[in-house]
Amino acid sequence: MYRYLLRRFAFILLTLFLASLIIFTATQFLPGDVAQIILGQFATETAVENLREELGLNRPLHIQYLNWAGGFIRGDWGTSLVSRTPVRPIVLERLGNSAMLAVMALLIYVPLGIVLGVIAALKRDKLPDQLISGVSMAFVGLPEFVSGLLLIAFLAIGLTWFPANSSINPDTTFREAFPYLVLPAITVSLTGLGYITRMTRSGTIDVLRMDYVRAADLKGLPAWQVLIRHVLRNSLLPTVTVVAMGIGWLLGGLIVTETVYGYPGLGRLIVYGIQRQDLPLIQASSMIIVAIYTFSNLVADILYGLLNPRIRVGE
Amino acid sequence: MNEQTPVLDVEDMTVTYRTEKGPLDTVRKVNFKICAGEIYGLVGESGSGKTTLAHAVVRYLPANGFLRSGRILLSGTDLMSLSKMEMREIWGSRISMVHQDPSSSINPAIQIGEQIAEVARAHLGFSRKEARVKAIEMLNKVHMPDPEAVARRYAHQLSGGMLQRVLIATALTTNPELLIMDEPTTALDVTTEAVILDLIKDLMEEYNTAVLYITHNLGVVARISNQVGVLYAGEIMEEGSIAQVFKNKLHPYTRGLLGCVPRVDANKKDVSLKAIPGYIPRPDNLPRGCIFAPRCELVEKACTVERPPLAKAEEGHLTACRRFEELKKIGDVVADTRAGGTKEDKLGNLVLEARNIKKYFTAAGGLSAFWQRGRSVIKAVDDISIRMRRSFTMGIVGESGCGKTTLARCLIGLEEATSGEIELEGELLPYSVAKRPPEILKKMQMVFQNPDASLNPQHPAGSSVARPLILLRNLSRKEVGDKVKELFQAVNLPEEFIERLPHELSGGEKQRVAIARAFAADPALMICDEPISSLDVSVQASLMNLLVDLQESRETSYLFISHDLAAVRHLSDWIAVVYLGRLWEIGSAEDVFVPPYHPYTEALLSAIPIPDPDVKQETIRLKGSVPSTMDIPSGCRFHTRCPRKIGAICEQQEPPWQQHGNYHQIRCHIPIEELLEKQGEGLLKKMPVEGVIN
Repeated sequence: MYRYLLRRFAFILLTLFLASLIIFTATQFLPGDVAQIILGQFATETAVENLREELGLNRPLHIQYLNWAGGFIRGDWGTSLVSRTPVRPIVLERLGNSAMLAVMALLIYVPLGIVLGVIAALKRDKLPDQLISGVSMAFVGLPEFVSGLLLIAFLAIGLTWFPANSSINPDTTFREAFPYLVLPAITVSLTGLGYITRMTRSGTIDVLRMDYVRAADLKGLPAWQVLIRHVLRNSLLPTVTVVAMGIGWLLGGLIVTETVYGYPGLGRLIVYGIQRQDLPLIQASSMIIVAIYTFSNLVADILYGLLNPRIRVGE
Repeated sequence: MNEQTPVLDVEDMTVTYRTEKGPLDTVRKVNFKICAGEIYGLVGESGSGKTTLAHAVVRYLPANGFLRSGRILLSGTDLMSLSKMEMREIWGSRISMVHQDPSSSINPAIQIGEQIAEVARAHLGFSRKEARVKAIEMLNKVHMPDPEAVARRYAHQLSGGMLQRVLIATALTTNPELLIMDEPTTALDVTTEAVILDLIKDLMEEYNTAVLYITHNLGVVARISNQVGVLYAGEIMEEGSIAQVFKNKLHPYTRGLLGCVPRVDANKKDVSLKAIPGYIPRPDNLPRGCIFAPRCELVEKACTVERPPLAKAEEGHLTACRRFEELKKIGDVVADTRAGGTKEDKLGNLVLEARNIKKYFTAAGGLSAFWQRGRSVIKAVDDISIRMRRSFTMGIVGESGCGKTTLARCLIGLEEATSGEIELEGELLPYSVAKRPPEILKKMQMVFQNPDASLNPQHPAGSSVARPLILLRNLSRKEVGDKVKELFQAVNLPEEFIERLPHELSGGEKQRVAIARAFAADPALMICDEPISSLDVSVQASLMNLLVDLQESRETSYLFISHDLAAVRHLSDWIAVVYLGRLWEIGSAEDVFVPPYHPYTEALLSAIPIPDPDVKQETIRLKGSVPSTMDIPSGCRFHTRCPRKIGAICEQQEPPWQQHGNYHQIRCHIPIEELLEKQGEGLLKKMPVEGVIN
């Protein structure tokens, strides 16, 4: 197990290195010159040239990369070209906001998805299954701007249970943010729920067919014990992976939902950075998202290993 | 005979499935009783309803199955009157069940000990601690080495034989009245099977349990049970004590089944197997009279009019054949003497010569193979040389994991050998199939174990057979069409099967298509890797006959790999015994099956389940399972399990090849004379000779 972890960790470093190369190269291809953007259209040639020199833009690309990557590791993520302030606090604050929303959404859709998936599997091809599978798939297909607007219309404007706008201030605590999180979290959950339900359903159906479940039944164990100890223990393994992969999506990929509710998350930050060609901001937030993806996958693999003795104990 | 209440009393049981086509009676009007301490063997081919019957007895049928009529009494308790909840209390406490595949019947995520302990907690009211102690006690009962350690392991860390012991231990934890075993040894090696059968027999005597033992293997039934019932298409055709059924055989189906099993003292030159023609009828299409009539040799008009009941033929012996009196007179027709008689042995031209083949794998895959190179090496095949001649069959035997399949895959080029030379008709071959030119590919073909996996499910059978004709033989469209027809004829498949998709064919028919495909290239050598193992005995017999006929007409050589020693004995001219990647004995089939044997061969032979209760085989049982190929024992590789180990020399020195007669070679430290002396007449000599002579 330790060797396995060590190996996985080495792979993460490799992934991050490759990702940093790709991100750095990609940002080089964005149209326009950074110095020119900072100084505006009417800056003199010399002023632009001086700034280029100052920012190190005239140095060879690999030196520039090493400077950037080295700085990133040391915690110096550069200065935003737009706000002229360090990028790090901006990104971290947004990351915190995204994390709050992610936790909220996970708390809603993971347990619900598992319960619905298990029910669907147990009542396979009967009415409950058809209902659960049909409805959850419909929600996956429903775009967030539609479901979001519908929720706003009913729950925020109609019933006024929750605020329609979730543009919270910096440094808001989870408790304070809670009412603002409910609607975006439900919107996200509607999409995430379908995946969890489907995964749980198919995993559980597979395991229910297994010989060892029949064996457990015929041992005369109580039905609930067969379900929890013998079935779910194995059938939730693929679900764990889907949940963990969802974390990356929740933290960096909720651009539409964040926009609909005006929620200051990481997804919107990137869009903002791209619109204004704020290179350091784009680079830093992309790296963070990549890091979150890889680490949440690692967490998934570790959990998978802990639940699966074939990996934990080895041959 | 027995005055006590039987443990299981099944009366007039009919099991019905609701299907789209209406209700189907898959098991009809079955009656049997099992008393305490008795092992009732239920034999039947696939589709006979064995498992349905077993699940009906414990009321574990799928949602669309139910009991249309009948009663099931467990020591007087009417199981049909119990609720689902009450049945759960009976499962695992009064009735236990052991299923076919031990590796899938144990939960991979829960420790072994816990899976036994949970039964003790549920039914015996034990605390966690008491249950754990009980689990270890039960593991001890099934002679599990180091039970404390095993209790903490997981399923993937144990071998199939060990897992089956765990299942037996689990089943006996509550000391149930009835134990149902559904093909418990089918997934195991012969050697392991023999050990497990001994164990079952001993434990049943100790616990005085009633056992319903379900299997397709007549040899296993003969070895383990006292009573036997022969099930065919959902009805019992014959029932009686082992001696009655196996000796008097008062039903043509029983006779047919026994005729399908190859004998260990004769081969293809002397006898051809007697396959049962036709197929088992489906429950929605049963013949009006006797359900076996369409396949029966003794059928007469009256048989097809009315279905004969299961009636008493002699004390304790029941048969569903109306002509049993005549059967008594007819005597045994076990096998046909082969037309043309024994053919003269002449050495054909050399087809294949493989010299010093080695195949090593590195244990770790992917990137880590880099820094683990040279460390953990699996020596799957380690220096094997064989020669094969025209129209000749080489049988390769050994337990699973000994390198049989790897050797075959190296020869055909699916696996690149690590070193050695492969020569086909005098031409040195590249290791990889990708580097071999079409003329070579044409000459070597392979038939795999599982025809489901080796035929493309989207392509009609005919196009699977046509592919090698197009790719390897450059025939025109018309020629290909004709050739496909001819090949279908050669493997005895009707022409209309050409258009059928694999899922429309039975297992035996699919394997015939696979054989036709292999023959399409007109190969000089065919490698058959367990081609009949997954099929029913009657289908096995007809396929073996087919292979023999094709070999005769086409002069093909076969490399026949199987764990079924009787089948190997029947088909092979020459037999090679493999263990841990090396050859230990090689010689003609006749020589290998009589002493002197290599001690490993001896153990394999003593494990063959022979369907004749009169053959008392000496019990030579191997300890443990095949060692890991990553950690091969020093000296003689077999010394860790050898029952005839003579001392330190076995551990230190590689044994020499010893010659016996002209061609028979044994690699052992024990001198040939001594082996001969120790092994005496041999293991299979007591086989009464019947039917073949005259």
